[in-house]
Amino acid sequence: MINLMLLLFLVVIAIAAIQAKDLLNSIMYLSVYSLFMALVWTELNAVDVAFTEAAVGAGVSGVFMIAALTRMNRFESSRERTGLGKYFPMAVVAVTAAMLFYATVDMPAYMDPEAPIHKHVAPYYIEHSEHETGSVNIVTSVLASYRGFDTLGETSVVFTAAISVILLLRRRDKNEK
Amino acid sequence: MIDFIAAKYNYLICVCLMMIGFYAVIAKQNLMKKIIGLSIFQTSVFLFYISMAKVTDGTAPIVWEGAVRYDNPLPHVLILTAIVVSVSTTAVAIALMINIYKAYGTIEDSKIREIEAGESGGSVSR
Amino acid sequence: MKNDVILRTVARCMVPFILLFAFYVQAHGEISPGGGFQAGVIFASAFILIALAVGKEKAREKFKQKISDFTCSLGLMIYAGIGFITILFGGLFLEYGKLPFGSAEKGNHLGMIGIELGVGIAVASVMVTIFFEIARKEDD
Repeated sequence: MINLMLLLFLVVIAIAAIQAKDLLNSIMYLSVYSLFMALVWTELNAVDVAFTEAAVGAGVSGVFMIAALTRMNRFESSRERTGLGKYFPMAVVAVTAAMLFYATVDMPAYMDPEAPIHKHVAPYYIEHSEHETGSVNIVTSVLASYRGFDTLGETSVVFTAAISVILLLRRRDKNEK
Repeated sequence: MIDFIAAKYNYLICVCLMMIGFYAVIAKQNLMKKIIGLSIFQTSVFLFYISMAKVTDGTAPIVWEGAVRYDNPLPHVLILTAIVVSVSTTAVAIALMINIYKAYGTIEDSKIREIEAGESGGSVSR
Repeated sequence: MKNDVILRTVARCMVPFILLFAFYVQAHGEISPGGGFQAGVIFASAFILIALAVGKEKAREKFKQKISDFTCSLGLMIYAGIGFITILFGGLFLEYGKLPFGSAEKGNHLGMIGIELGVGIAVASVMVTIFFEIARKEDD
């Protein structure tokens, strides 16, 4: 039940985040959204993910956005679209939502232990993690050992992002060493 | 209908969040709003994955004696790394936005389009 | 804000504890929630706190640009390097069981700690780099 309450609250904060005219408010709503997402994940037993979200989503991501906002105009000043253009995005969203709602009919029920996702490789990880890798935390052993190659790719993506940001924003000045 | 909603409310709320993010990306003119919309969109996908990992009577996937059943650790791993990747990609988007602001002096999509149209007409030169 | 004595003092007091917590999370990745990704972000947030409360120049003195650029690559190199070392010992890429620590389980465990360390270093320096690049003002 608490899960449902948190999820509904998330929807409300998400709408508030995209409706606020002051971009600083918008970013703060996004941070609050991430913090509540971390609570949802603790509730869904994904403790590692909740930890990451609380550190990254609610912390660092908001700081990056506010740091960018200090360099530019804080208020959103777009004119409203007129005529049919105003309703076009809403129509696209409605059609996509209808298709996705229809797709959930085929999903296995929430919390069903017989769902196909729990039948493939996950039982192997759960059973063998402790004696094969000596790690009690199954998430860490899958992350670092069974799927180490994936994690190498993810680390490369993070590294590439840093290179891109340096290339886009760093300037070679005379007084900089 | 009620049974359907009760059995799958997590997925339905995922779709709602995803559509909120999608709407922000396609309808809002402000680039920062678009980035915020993208973040919400990403988070809804994460929520979808983690919802699939949950099982009845499941506990967090850390080995202990009293556990009946563990939640599926695989989606947790994928999303754990995806969150860090998502903040990195958001940072690249912000860097691009800062460069756009440097070039045009605004982050409003409609105004950038006006400036572009003025430039191609040959009336304004930089 | 930068002249607020209380803010600066509290930030200075908190920094060692944040760093210690980052190392704790890094070291306890195998037995509790945590690991390289979280530890890296927490480590970076300590420097971001210094930058916000005391000033960007002071924070940059503590973690110089040259060093952070180097450690970005170093983290990824540790990760990939461990992968290649396992090839030298006759295993597949990233097959830690072949590392010469006695048993396969021991090799797996220590290999995991090694690559978590690489991930932690990479993520920490990437986050610090991104923050300082984004927060850079036009005139500096």
